[in-house]
Amino acid sequence: MDLSFTPQEERFRQEVRAWIAEAMPADLAAKARVDGHFDHAEVMRWHRILFEKGWVAPHWPTEHGGPGFDANRRFILTEELELAGAPLLSPFGLSMVGPLLIQFGSDAQKKRYLPKILSGEEVWCQGYSEPEAGSDLAALRTSAVDDGSGSFILNGQKTWTTYAQYADWIFCLVRTDPTVKKQAGISFLLIDMKTPGVEVKPMLTLGHTPAFCDTFFDNARVPTENVVGPLNGGWTLAKALLGHERTLIAAVGTSSRALRRVKRIAAATEVDGGRLIDRPEWRARIARLEIRLRGLKMANYRALAGAQLGRAPGPESSFMKIRGSEILQDVFELAMDAMGHDALSWFNQEGAVPPIEQWVAPVYCYNRATTIYGGTNEIQKNVIAKWILGLSDR
Amino acid sequence: MDFELNEDQRMLADTVSSFAKQSSPLARFRKLRDDECGWDPAVWRQMGELGWLSVPFPEEVDGLGGSFVEVAVILECLAATLVPEPYVPSVVLGGYALLLAGSLEQQKRFLPPMMEGRTSLALAHAERTSRYDSTVVRTMAKRAGESWTLTGEKEWVLNGHAADEIVVSASTPDGLALFVVPRDAAGLTLESLRTLDGHHAARARLEGVAVGADRLLGEPGAGAGTLDRLMDLGATAACAEGVGIAQAMLAMTVEYLKTRQQFGVKIGAFQVLQHRAVDMFIEVEVCRSMTMEAVMRVGADDDDERRAAVSAAKAQLAVGGRFVANQSIQLHGGVGCTDEHDIGLYFKRMRALNSLFGDEEHHVARYGALDEFTAGLE
Repeated sequence: MDLSFTPQEERFRQEVRAWIAEAMPADLAAKARVDGHFDHAEVMRWHRILFEKGWVAPHWPTEHGGPGFDANRRFILTEELELAGAPLLSPFGLSMVGPLLIQFGSDAQKKRYLPKILSGEEVWCQGYSEPEAGSDLAALRTSAVDDGSGSFILNGQKTWTTYAQYADWIFCLVRTDPTVKKQAGISFLLIDMKTPGVEVKPMLTLGHTPAFCDTFFDNARVPTENVVGPLNGGWTLAKALLGHERTLIAAVGTSSRALRRVKRIAAATEVDGGRLIDRPEWRARIARLEIRLRGLKMANYRALAGAQLGRAPGPESSFMKIRGSEILQDVFELAMDAMGHDALSWFNQEGAVPPIEQWVAPVYCYNRATTIYGGTNEIQKNVIAKWILGLSDR
Repeated sequence: MDFELNEDQRMLADTVSSFAKQSSPLARFRKLRDDECGWDPAVWRQMGELGWLSVPFPEEVDGLGGSFVEVAVILECLAATLVPEPYVPSVVLGGYALLLAGSLEQQKRFLPPMMEGRTSLALAHAERTSRYDSTVVRTMAKRAGESWTLTGEKEWVLNGHAADEIVVSASTPDGLALFVVPRDAAGLTLESLRTLDGHHAARARLEGVAVGADRLLGEPGAGAGTLDRLMDLGATAACAEGVGIAQAMLAMTVEYLKTRQQFGVKIGAFQVLQHRAVDMFIEVEVCRSMTMEAVMRVGADDDDERRAAVSAAKAQLAVGGRFVANQSIQLHGGVGCTDEHDIGLYFKRMRALNSLFGDEEHHVARYGALDEFTAGLE
């Protein structure tokens, strides 16, 4: 057992840090310093900078354009990007459909889609949930009927299709066989958003950002060759993808940075001549949360060290989505509390509250979604109860 | 980054686990609860023969030259059946006091008999007004020619009722010092007290106890630094044992959910109980991860690196370990509240671990006071 990194790995960390400082454009860096919100165009600018460096998909194999980093280097790169406050890249292509195509896609599909995911030329979104299929995802009804001449005809509605308004493609779970057990009649389908009959309606989230959308399909015609994996085999792919998503949204780096921001707010907040952070009850509150986060980080380290040995994510990673999302919410709750009356401010002009407090309230509100998306935490607990603890419903 | 045990450590874990299961099942601990000593000198000697009491000590004093990783492995495995022999007081506290502060001569004098299981050790650090601050010491040591005279009172000395040699902290004009006091020293009274977890501890009264200069560990004044490290070693040991206990409680509880029937079904079919069990599982995994960090950093050269990791792990044991213990009883229902059922034995040991080497409040405050916690905020 050993927690240290090798000298080569430490040198790599220095290299990454120096590169980020040099490569990040001044306007993005200024926002990063105050943990500002990056809009879609800014995120994609940063995506392209990372792409040109060859670091945009550190977890992809080299044959598909990954840099060939081992788990430790991937971790170091991710951590340094997070510590620098760099924009978080859209996960739908790089972390979700990309790895899934690498695992299950045909050669033609890999060739067609992967390079443009890497370059950022094509932006993806995810079409899983439907108005009547949330936690009970397998109840989805969007139907894809084979017209017998190489196309599916799609009808139905997807919801919570995050940032669909910016997406060029959507990956969907659709019903291709309504006559069998519900999990057995689902396929994983790639759809061009420009297809006639596809319509996107953005809606505001609790954080007043247009992150969520409804996506409608009205007799949209999609080539049958766009199915990934076997026809009616989509449920297996969906489960594989949820595994990716679960570890992804442990959000250790995001929470670390946000907690640091809480400390900065508490250090800058004067109360009757003293600093908020020097009040023992406040110091202890922050310390408790940092200790919780440290535990998540260690669990994450364990999972990574396991991955380095070629081990599939084990029980230690299955709960990280639950704990990680709770911590992220708690950190923003703490930030709101630290701000006192300033927490009331809602999209006022710059200067209404200190810059470091600017984005806290909307993110705090939006983050209620973290314990819901990627499978609600309650569903995650059902999964752990069944598959890890062996508790059955009968 | 490497969280794996090496080949030797895995073998050690296997050996200790099968010993706990076969030679020291819970029934043995249950019986020893009523014993005056609470543990068996013959089993202690056996542990010595197996080398378990020598693992962290250097080869020049006939130890095995291992590290705290081996100590943690042993403690976690012994915890599975609550093996009651005084491993923590003797190896982790008394043994490490000698290792950290003693001269080679002192180590050669006191360690080998303990490593062979012929003697056991204890550390007397706590006092009525010290709570978890080991630097608050009212016991005084006065120099009298070539020897020292110790006067004061120590509380809750783990294994103090049985230890052959007791390491005692005392204040000198130069600061804190540690002395090795034999149990039969004139002026030393040891009052055996029962603890809630079925173990024993002692209250030690020192009334002008004379000890030779050869029993002073290091320089007078060096004691505070040693005690700080000893408390962290103790806290880490508690975490390692706590992981073993929490794991055992989770396994017993899940097993109970799979067998107990009510309303015509196994109670493990109820979602509210499933989710509670998952919450327990999460706390066990977090305890395990944080304990691994503490084990790997408890020997760090950088004091604050050590303090941060240990305080974090111990605070997690206080929150997560206690959650597991409390919910284990809850999910066992009425039978969990009986002395007859084994789950309560683990519950009490977990509670004892949380009253030793700093509680949650202590470690959270200590963590928040580290320089690193507020570094670079301006």
